[in-house]
Amino acid sequence: MTTKVAETKHAKDTPPVAGPRKHKDSTGSDKVVGTVSHTALILWSLIVVLPLLWTLMTSFKSTEEIFASTFALPEGLNFANYVNAWTTAGIGDYFLNSVIVVGSALIIVMVLGSMCAYVLARFTFRGSRAIYYLMLAGLTFPIFLAIVPLFFILQNMGLLNTLPGLIITYVAFALPFTVFFLYSFFRTLPYEIGEAAAIDGAGDWRTFFQVMLPMAKPGIASVAIFNFLGLWNQFLIPVALNTNVDNYVLSQGLARFASQMGYAVDFGALFAAVVITVAPVLVVYVIFQRQLQGSVSQGTMK
Amino acid sequence: MSPFIQAFYYSMTDWSGFTPVMNFIGIDNYVRLFQDDTFVKSLGNNVVLVIVLPIVTIILSLILATLVTVGGRSKGQISGLKHAGFYRVVSFFPYVIPAIAIGLMWRQVFAPNGLVNGALTGLGLDQFINYAWLGEVATAMPVSMFVIIWGFVGFYMVLFVAAIKGIPAEIYEAARLDGAGRFRTAVSVTIPMIRDNVQTAYIYMGILALDAFVYMEAMNPGGGPAFSTIVMPQVLLDTAFSQGQFGRASAMGVILALVTLTFAGLVFLINSLTGGTKKDVRL
Repeated sequence: MTTKVAETKHAKDTPPVAGPRKHKDSTGSDKVVGTVSHTALILWSLIVVLPLLWTLMTSFKSTEEIFASTFALPEGLNFANYVNAWTTAGIGDYFLNSVIVVGSALIIVMVLGSMCAYVLARFTFRGSRAIYYLMLAGLTFPIFLAIVPLFFILQNMGLLNTLPGLIITYVAFALPFTVFFLYSFFRTLPYEIGEAAAIDGAGDWRTFFQVMLPMAKPGIASVAIFNFLGLWNQFLIPVALNTNVDNYVLSQGLARFASQMGYAVDFGALFAAVVITVAPVLVVYVIFQRQLQGSVSQGTMK
Repeated sequence: MSPFIQAFYYSMTDWSGFTPVMNFIGIDNYVRLFQDDTFVKSLGNNVVLVIVLPIVTIILSLILATLVTVGGRSKGQISGLKHAGFYRVVSFFPYVIPAIAIGLMWRQVFAPNGLVNGALTGLGLDQFINYAWLGEVATAMPVSMFVIIWGFVGFYMVLFVAAIKGIPAEIYEAARLDGAGRFRTAVSVTIPMIRDNVQTAYIYMGILALDAFVYMEAMNPGGGPAFSTIVMPQVLLDTAFSQGQFGRASAMGVILALVTLTFAGLVFLINSLTGGTKKDVRL
């Protein structure tokens, strides 16, 4: 079996080569192309941003205002919807559950994943290839195939409908991707450094924690962000394996809130709930976007 | 891995999940599934999704990525557009938003009193006042597909931007010296050079399309008008956890996995038949 490695394109995140240089050698057709391109891109940006802005704006309106006019600005910065969503609809509790579950799963998966990837990438032992391919298989199979048996595994362990059960499942599903991503990352680190550490008397553990981990920091950071986004957005696993309302995570709580009341739904609060769900990930993204964009190609093209 | 193997075994039994009795009934579950109209409908919808979504998403993101990276001046160094970074960041927004939130948000945007109808009536198209985009058989599926595409174009755009930047600038300059125009360059240089990336993207997107569950659940709970948007995972979860028919549900899981594998296999096959670049490196 050949391992497909789309030759490690280390897409350096070079800043776009645009910039106001001399414009005198721009031809007429360039201007046309430029205008058309900008129009297309601006149009797409609008399609992306407008629904978000509209949702944000509507989240400050009362239900009567929402039905009165689609576009009218809210009468003021009215946070009643947020209070309703946070307390009455229980979004606050779900938010907390999400933070606990995603936070714990993230820490566990990063520690396990980086150690696992390091060992697989750096040491050859009986069965190391087999483990690697098993991980790969875990990455490709759809979750749906596993959801029914998983339900009973958790039930037998007494972890069904509990937060720890959910954390374990999250870890299990995020692990293959983490190992996969970091595996290729650890392979690119120079072997000489490991040897140098060994000569200086560092054991395997020390080499890993004090030499290799700091060197792999960029890779670890991007995989952590990816896992955060992926787990925060997870929906199917909690829906199937976590049916106790008290333990709902945010995405579940949001779905429940939306379906629970049908047309009698408190629309303002629903919009507010959507904003509460979207805001943390957008903030995380905007802060770390450079890191993330640079690693998209590295992480997914393996 | 063991859940996957267990799923395969369960799919051959009449297990209801809550009794210890589990009789081996061979392929009976599969036969019955294909006599079930709802399931066949959902399978059909999944096939439509897996064909349409990747094609549209990838074409759209390729165009946007090309514009961003090589849309600049045709003299001097190959350059991207101004503000390319801004477009990339904004386009990536939907990818980080939880799918459930995307679904709910767009459900409101396409609601009878939502943003879309507001805009259309504002333009004087009064027939759209109170039109329920997701409530009509004719528009429910196209609208749902649009929303899923909206969610993923930015991600693939960033992916292709990175791939295009990996192409040596000399190749573009050579093409330019040979007199190739922009369109010719995009078709004859860019696409062949990032062919493997496109293939991988296609497979990823296909798998995501099979997993359209969250979006569908958010926008059209219950399968949409006349089951026009129902997808297999919805039937699966209902069969398993509402009706307690775990054997049949596992059979659906197996069928879904087979469709996925067939799809991935087809993409690989087509790519190699049409002369895909084989630059694989053996570890």
